[in-house]
Amino acid sequence: MRHSLTLQIGPATFRIGSAWRQPVEELTRLYAGYPDRHDAIADFTVRLQPTGPLRRWVRPSILITGDHGLADAAPMSLAHGLLAAEMGMNLQMALGWRRHLLLHASSVEKDGRALVMTGESGSGKSTLAALLGERGWRLMGDEFALLDLDSGAILPFPRLVSLKNQAIGVVEDVVGAQRMGPMLQATAKGDIRHLVPRPDAVARMAQGAMPAMLLFPRFGHDAAIRPVGQGEAFMRLTQASTNYVALGEPGFAALTRFVTDVPACAMDFPSGEAAFDMIDRLWEDGA
Amino acid sequence: MSAALLVRALRQPATVEHLDAAQWNGLIAAAKAERLIATLAWRVDGMRLPEPVQPILRDARMDAAREARQALWEADRAAAALAPLGVRLVVLKGTAYAAAGLVAGQGRFIGDLDILVPRSAMSQVEPALMAAGWEWVKEDAYDDAYYRQWMHELPPMIHVERDRMIDVHHTILPLTARPKPDADALLADAVPAGENVWTLSPEDRVIHAAAHMLADGDLQGGLRNLWDIHCLCSEGGRAVPDFYLFLFERAAFHQLVPAVWRALRLAHDLYGTPVVAYRAPITVDYRLRASDRMFIARLLARDGWGRETRKLLVFAFYLRSHWLRMPPLMLARHLWTKWRKGHRPR
Repeated sequence: MRHSLTLQIGPATFRIGSAWRQPVEELTRLYAGYPDRHDAIADFTVRLQPTGPLRRWVRPSILITGDHGLADAAPMSLAHGLLAAEMGMNLQMALGWRRHLLLHASSVEKDGRALVMTGESGSGKSTLAALLGERGWRLMGDEFALLDLDSGAILPFPRLVSLKNQAIGVVEDVVGAQRMGPMLQATAKGDIRHLVPRPDAVARMAQGAMPAMLLFPRFGHDAAIRPVGQGEAFMRLTQASTNYVALGEPGFAALTRFVTDVPACAMDFPSGEAAFDMIDRLWEDGA
Repeated sequence: MSAALLVRALRQPATVEHLDAAQWNGLIAAAKAERLIATLAWRVDGMRLPEPVQPILRDARMDAAREARQALWEADRAAAALAPLGVRLVVLKGTAYAAAGLVAGQGRFIGDLDILVPRSAMSQVEPALMAAGWEWVKEDAYDDAYYRQWMHELPPMIHVERDRMIDVHHTILPLTARPKPDADALLADAVPAGENVWTLSPEDRVIHAAAHMLADGDLQGGLRNLWDIHCLCSEGGRAVPDFYLFLFERAAFHQLVPAVWRALRLAHDLYGTPVVAYRAPITVDYRLRASDRMFIARLLARDGWGRETRKLLVFAFYLRSHWLRMPPLMLARHLWTKWRKGHRPR
């Protein structure tokens, strides 16, 4: 393809090709601190290609595809090219990754132990991970937590953190504008802006940590904490995993071990400050 | 062209030891796009491979193994559903190769369950499958009527719990196609493969694969279908002397000599299938014909990013597939109806 680059994020390598210059330029800038893998053999190919013969030039429209694609993928405008590339990488991971149990969860690490947070889009798991990553925790990832099938460790997948709507301003106030990507307005999920993880999160992206706590955060409710039983945690995590079925018995064994060893809580929170207090307390008590 | 790289790697696995990183990327992308990545993994097993390639191929083999396991379970469930009718389950294509433990099944991704049942039993098979949990995928009166009147299969059904599709065939080509294979003979000569599952005879397997690839479809996934044919023929030729003689005799019986012959020429040229030429009792040679070049160009239309190339040629084969499938007036009416419904060729 005309424009391309190869990125490594955690254990996965992506070869990204684009019909347009802009998405690759934006990726190059935002992933500048990541390892240079331009001559690597990639695990996945991602393609950003025109949706039709004329759509390279006339009202440019991106089809996100690659090794794995969706038949009914929604076309994206070129202005959202960076988001398209990120979605393309997520798609390959979600549909193609087999080396770990993939949990749709964010994760952060402190003292060699990992806090895993999972929930629906809008639950606040990305924002919490981003903010904890600026408060003495190491950001391991905001989208996927990789559960090692043999060791039971959580492995990082520290791609750009995808922040939505009001979370954008909250995080920008903390980290400053120079670590933020372009503002992508009016995407299918509202406004989106990406955050570049701190250099130590990138430098240590091959380093896993044993999980010490599982949280189900829920933003926008009065502060409340409820313990979650192993059965419920197991069922919710199978739904939060895109490759649980594909992995078969090893996936079942890894997830069983995870919910048996790791205490789990549901945490409702009205604000970031409230969440930090609750997490500090839970971490000191339980983990 | 990376499809050519893929063909070479399948044909001569040792050549992959000399690929650079860019070639590996192209090979892997083409193999994934052609759904041959796990087949490639089997072929290059034991070769000296770059470290990053190994887990990619291991993952592919694991996926293929899981699909084979699921496919055999689907076959088992279908056999159970049809057992009360006294209809024995004849499975086709990928599931058949897995059930019979054929080389063609090694690393083959298996999508739907394809089964062949007597046309006279269709009216009982349909309710029996529905009682066992299969249901229609799409509710469209035109498509439904079209399938039932003109096709060689029922409209696709999907299992409500397991989310797997089943295609119920009563013959191997649409009723509107010019060749008329003998479905009764296909069923009568089926051979057992496992406890309650049957497959077509070795010759009929090749004939079905060739008919599916060359007398019906638009050559989407053609490299994979041709690899099936290569494996079926190689294995058949090893097991039976004069396999190719039986094959041509049987192909003539099913009115499918042109498709089978072309399939063998293409497989021999691309994959080096050890075909056998004859001067007597029939004259068969495998020199490429001028038109074969078009098929080869179509089969190799895949670049190093896994994209389809040669759009015009690909479209020409799409038109050809419809031309083969039905007479001109019917084709015109069909395309007009589909166009009005908003269907566009990919």
